[in-house]
Amino acid sequence: MTPQDVELISKHPDFIQLVQRKQKLYWPLSLIMLVIYFGFVLLVAFSPNTLGQSLNGGVTSVGMLVGVLVVLVAFALTGFYVFRANHVIDPLNEKLKKECEQ
Amino acid sequence: MNWDAIGMFLVFVLFTLGITRWAALRTRSASDFYTAGGGMTGFQNGLAIAGDMISAASFLGISAMMFLNGYDGLLYALGVLAGWPIILFLIAERLRNLGKYTFADVVSYRLEQTPVRLTSAFGTLTVALMYLVAQMVGAGKLIELLFGIDYLYAVLLVGVLMVFYVTFGGMLATTWVQIIKAVMLLFGTSFMAFMVLKHFGFSVEAMFAGATAVHAKGTAIMAPGGLLSNPIDAISLGLGMIFGTAGLPHILMRFFTVSDAREARKSVFYATGFIGYFYLLLIIVGFGAIVMVGTDSAFRDASGAIIGGPNMIAVHLAHAVGGNLFLGFISAVAFATILAVVAGLALSGASAVSHDLYACVIRKGQATEKQEMRVSRIATLCIGVLAVILGLLFESQNIAFLSGLVLAIAASVNFPVLFLSMYWKGLTTRGAVIGSLAGLISAIVLLVLSPAVWVNVLHYDKALFPYSNPALFSMSLAFFSAWLFSVTDLSPRASLERGRYLEQFIRSMTGIGASSASKH
Repeated sequence: MTPQDVELISKHPDFIQLVQRKQKLYWPLSLIMLVIYFGFVLLVAFSPNTLGQSLNGGVTSVGMLVGVLVVLVAFALTGFYVFRANHVIDPLNEKLKKECEQ
Repeated sequence: MNWDAIGMFLVFVLFTLGITRWAALRTRSASDFYTAGGGMTGFQNGLAIAGDMISAASFLGISAMMFLNGYDGLLYALGVLAGWPIILFLIAERLRNLGKYTFADVVSYRLEQTPVRLTSAFGTLTVALMYLVAQMVGAGKLIELLFGIDYLYAVLLVGVLMVFYVTFGGMLATTWVQIIKAVMLLFGTSFMAFMVLKHFGFSVEAMFAGATAVHAKGTAIMAPGGLLSNPIDAISLGLGMIFGTAGLPHILMRFFTVSDAREARKSVFYATGFIGYFYLLLIIVGFGAIVMVGTDSAFRDASGAIIGGPNMIAVHLAHAVGGNLFLGFISAVAFATILAVVAGLALSGASAVSHDLYACVIRKGQATEKQEMRVSRIATLCIGVLAVILGLLFESQNIAFLSGLVLAIAASVNFPVLFLSMYWKGLTTRGAVIGSLAGLISAIVLLVLSPAVWVNVLHYDKALFPYSNPALFSMSLAFFSAWLFSVTDLSPRASLERGRYLEQFIRSMTGIGASSASKH
């Protein structure tokens, strides 16, 4: 990229929109994952009994369900990100690339 | 001698050597050697990443932890898994858009090549070698147990095969060995979990009830135990696991094996799915083993201890659910797992030597591809010899703490500068170098002063650093020093480096100018 290209792309409305959309996607998702995981870690550290409670009268504990949920949520978040990136971000990115080639 | 296991293992080795030959014919350029020409699909790379993460240490170690302590084993599994969404959101695409062969490409993108590559290569080699030694010692012990082969020959065998895969087949062979092993491990573990569930009439509740009824700790195994009772330790371990994964050089290198950011993104999605699925299976394996292995006297020696130690739980369970043949299969898979992981580590170490140190620092980018590849093959051989020697030296040392703490070191030395180089305009060469050195030194010093080394290895009475994991402190120090020494850097070079951020930012966001896959 020449300095002119950098100047041109950085002021391009599509680029500005791309950056905003991307940042609105990855910062909140990262925050959600960190809050979930460290929430879980702090629960383990400060209140292990909460996780040790019986889920519905049986032996299976609340903690077991929470553990499985953390795995499923982590996978669901990556799935959501990939879906949004493929269907919203990528088309915008392609459009920008095409316009800048000219 | 366990002939079923040896037979299955020989089949695996012959098959992978065939793949290495096939890969060797296709490995012509440096890009082929380091990144399989960037031609892997997201799905293939996702399987290979899963293969890297579900190492023998996590397969045998986490199932053993669940067998002994129940719920606490899950905490480790979740820490490793939770890192992956973060890697996807923040690291994967930018890494692919900015780098070519190693993560040092990304850190040094707008900074001074020589000092940044030197420190990044140093960080890579430290992490790769420590991890390698931990795997070597574990491998030797495991193979001794599984196959009845002498420790010396076991370590030699692992070293020779590792060097063979990497020098001849490069990243293409390493990746396919990893994929095959991941499929075998996922299949074997699925079968074990299925048989365990069948044993309990497909009721998870019945399985947990059976386990709590026979376990010495009773229902306590269904709740977190004493593992993370100290909040600082808990946060420190959590930080180390999440961001350590994002600082492992052999994992970061995987993102350059796909064609573009889109495939890099997909590979993390698949990897997260496979890793998560695997850890869910391990819950069933670990708790099922409490009943099916723990209560069976055939798996205990005269004194009542588990034969071969608790790390053999998953292997014993394989015997319990599938007889001798399946035991052989799982033993062979365990060996394959070690081989695949050490091959990836050796390749990442070798590329730090040949690409970062030789081609970029010593030859200042003037080396031909041929010379660069020759150096990386020599480096692989040296790393192999070094790993075997260290594996033999540390045979009788207790190095169990190493593999866990490698993550803490990776989180302190590699992750902070990698993250800042991509997200913070202000990072300068001085900040990056001092930041990663501060992370490395503080992580190692705190590690030596921690109970795991100061008390357990060096036999002092009281640890000088009270926490078992340094990540919270060493990672913060790395971030802080990188920031401090960047903002106070008023040199003309620093302002040029800040000025180049916009171009880097555009490339990292859009992929314009990113290195693309080579055509075959």
